[in-house]
Amino acid sequence: MSTPDTSVTRRDLLVGAAGALGGAVLAGLPVSADGQEAAAARPTVPADPTKLQGGVTTQVGTRSPFETPTRAPYGETVGNSLTPLQDLTGVITPSDLHFERHHAGIPAIDPERHTLTIHGLVDRPLTFTLDDLKRFPQVVRTYFIECSGNGRAAYRDPKPDMTPQKVSGMISTSEWTGVPLATLFREVGASPKAKWFLAEGGDACLMTRSVPIAKAYDDAMIVWAQNGEPLRPAQGYPMRLLLPGWEGNINVKWLRRLELGMAPWMTRWETSKYTDPRPDHKADMFTFVQQPKSIITAPGYPREVKRRGWHAVNGLAWTGKGKITRVEVSTDGGKHWSDAELLGEVRPKAAVRFQQMWEWKGQETILLSRATDETGEVQPTRSALIARRGIGTDYHFNQIVGWKVERTGQVFFHGET
Amino acid sequence: MRITLILLSCTVGALTACGPSDGTPRTTAVASVDYPAFGPMVGARLGLGRTPDKVALAAMDTDIDAEGTALPPGRGSAEEGKTLYAQQCAMCHAPDGRGMLPAFPRLLGRDPKAEGFVFADDAKLPHTIGNYWPYATTLFDYIKRAMPLTAPGSLTDAQVYALTAYLLAEDAVIPKGTTLDAISLRAVKMPYVDRFLWSDEVGASR
Repeated sequence: MSTPDTSVTRRDLLVGAAGALGGAVLAGLPVSADGQEAAAARPTVPADPTKLQGGVTTQVGTRSPFETPTRAPYGETVGNSLTPLQDLTGVITPSDLHFERHHAGIPAIDPERHTLTIHGLVDRPLTFTLDDLKRFPQVVRTYFIECSGNGRAAYRDPKPDMTPQKVSGMISTSEWTGVPLATLFREVGASPKAKWFLAEGGDACLMTRSVPIAKAYDDAMIVWAQNGEPLRPAQGYPMRLLLPGWEGNINVKWLRRLELGMAPWMTRWETSKYTDPRPDHKADMFTFVQQPKSIITAPGYPREVKRRGWHAVNGLAWTGKGKITRVEVSTDGGKHWSDAELLGEVRPKAAVRFQQMWEWKGQETILLSRATDETGEVQPTRSALIARRGIGTDYHFNQIVGWKVERTGQVFFHGET
Repeated sequence: MRITLILLSCTVGALTACGPSDGTPRTTAVASVDYPAFGPMVGARLGLGRTPDKVALAAMDTDIDAEGTALPPGRGSAEEGKTLYAQQCAMCHAPDGRGMLPAFPRLLGRDPKAEGFVFADDAKLPHTIGNYWPYATTLFDYIKRAMPLTAPGSLTDAQVYALTAYLLAEDAVIPKGTTLDAISLRAVKMPYVDRFLWSDEVGASR
């Protein structure tokens, strides 16, 4: 994108939120390129907001000027922007902060001209408009999407000054609305001979990935809505493929074509990219499923633990294999672990927030989290993962990560687990 | 959607007994959501959608699989590809083909350090065409659908054959001076194709 995708600009605030704050003067708004808090210059608000009328109603809401979460980095056509995990609570990622990964930028698409064509090994090839799709019975489900490159920098070269966003910001969770792919495959009369299908996006690289047909009869969807409104352009507007629990790239955005066939197509993205080199000098292909993973998002660099006493250490856990059944937290660098509380509903292939109360007495320590899923798979340490896959492996980094708390209360990333 | 309430065993005891050993209280009930699989859904159709326009579908349906089944007529030489590379590719991938990371990968020449498919040992090794790519047909498919960056899909089939030939020749996969067409491209075997493992089963990383 050519312009920063921050949702609140200085001008918006001066024009909109200044009114909302009853004529308050907004001086020196914090601006940050890396999602960290600006140290100085807080917005100015009335000393006592109960003594004057507040702002007027508005067409579109904006965040409080005190809250400035931003994706980072940004401005790339072929690149990514990461979700500011340290600024979020609960499990739903606000749509304007959902991480991005594009291979040819975000296409501008007129939903009335966009169609989805399903052909190949089918009885009746069909082309569907968005309106056609909305006439099928709809389903609403909450799932995460995670880029399989998420955590690469923290795996290969962990550094103390990495934020939760930098360590693991390519995971986002949304409530999605759409139609089961199985419904559409019934409509076209998918052949029992079909073993794979090709999904093609309508962006400038015509993104293509091959998908085993079984996923269509499990939980695959074509979705057009996210968190109660149409998909954001960066998330595939007007429709995308959603393959719950599978690596982000295969959830093809701006979906325009599905072709059913007998074998994978071996596209660029499933051969030269998105394959896993192995220490025995081979490579695994089609390793779609995201493995159990967790990260503490509070505390986390650069935010300090400001006071001694009780803190609600919390973070996110997720797995593409089903449900998270357990998250353990260690507050002493891994000597002891205890089960954290899972907040809210545990859903398959969706993030869940965990929490562990921790009393800080001023000591230096390391906080860690470790997730287990319903298949019994446990999140490995970084050294165990390196032993299994090699330092040069390219995707699916689910190593245990944590935070070192200094005596000063300063917090730094701890990646060498 | 089925919602079950899992009551942890400690809910029958005193609430404070369920917290961490420090005695701080915490919630003890976790609601768990299950989504049923959609299944093959062999019921009635709704009769939605329309028959695709043949011309529009043919224009979209350009994918070339690993066997090269749908490779189009036409031919191009590595020599022609060299000229095209300078005009169409060098601005992003560099005149010497070293690329511009992270967006624009290295295109010309293998890396001797990466021979033997030792990528898991060293994160810095480039996944070059000759060192890594398992199928030559993928090059044709990708160049035709996505390149060049400034005018995707603008190359003729002959130009795509020529560029494919040039890239493969520079990576010592085929002799310099080779001309490629559908038949000869289908016959190209990539050096490391046998290193790639996969099955029709859905998998996760090891």
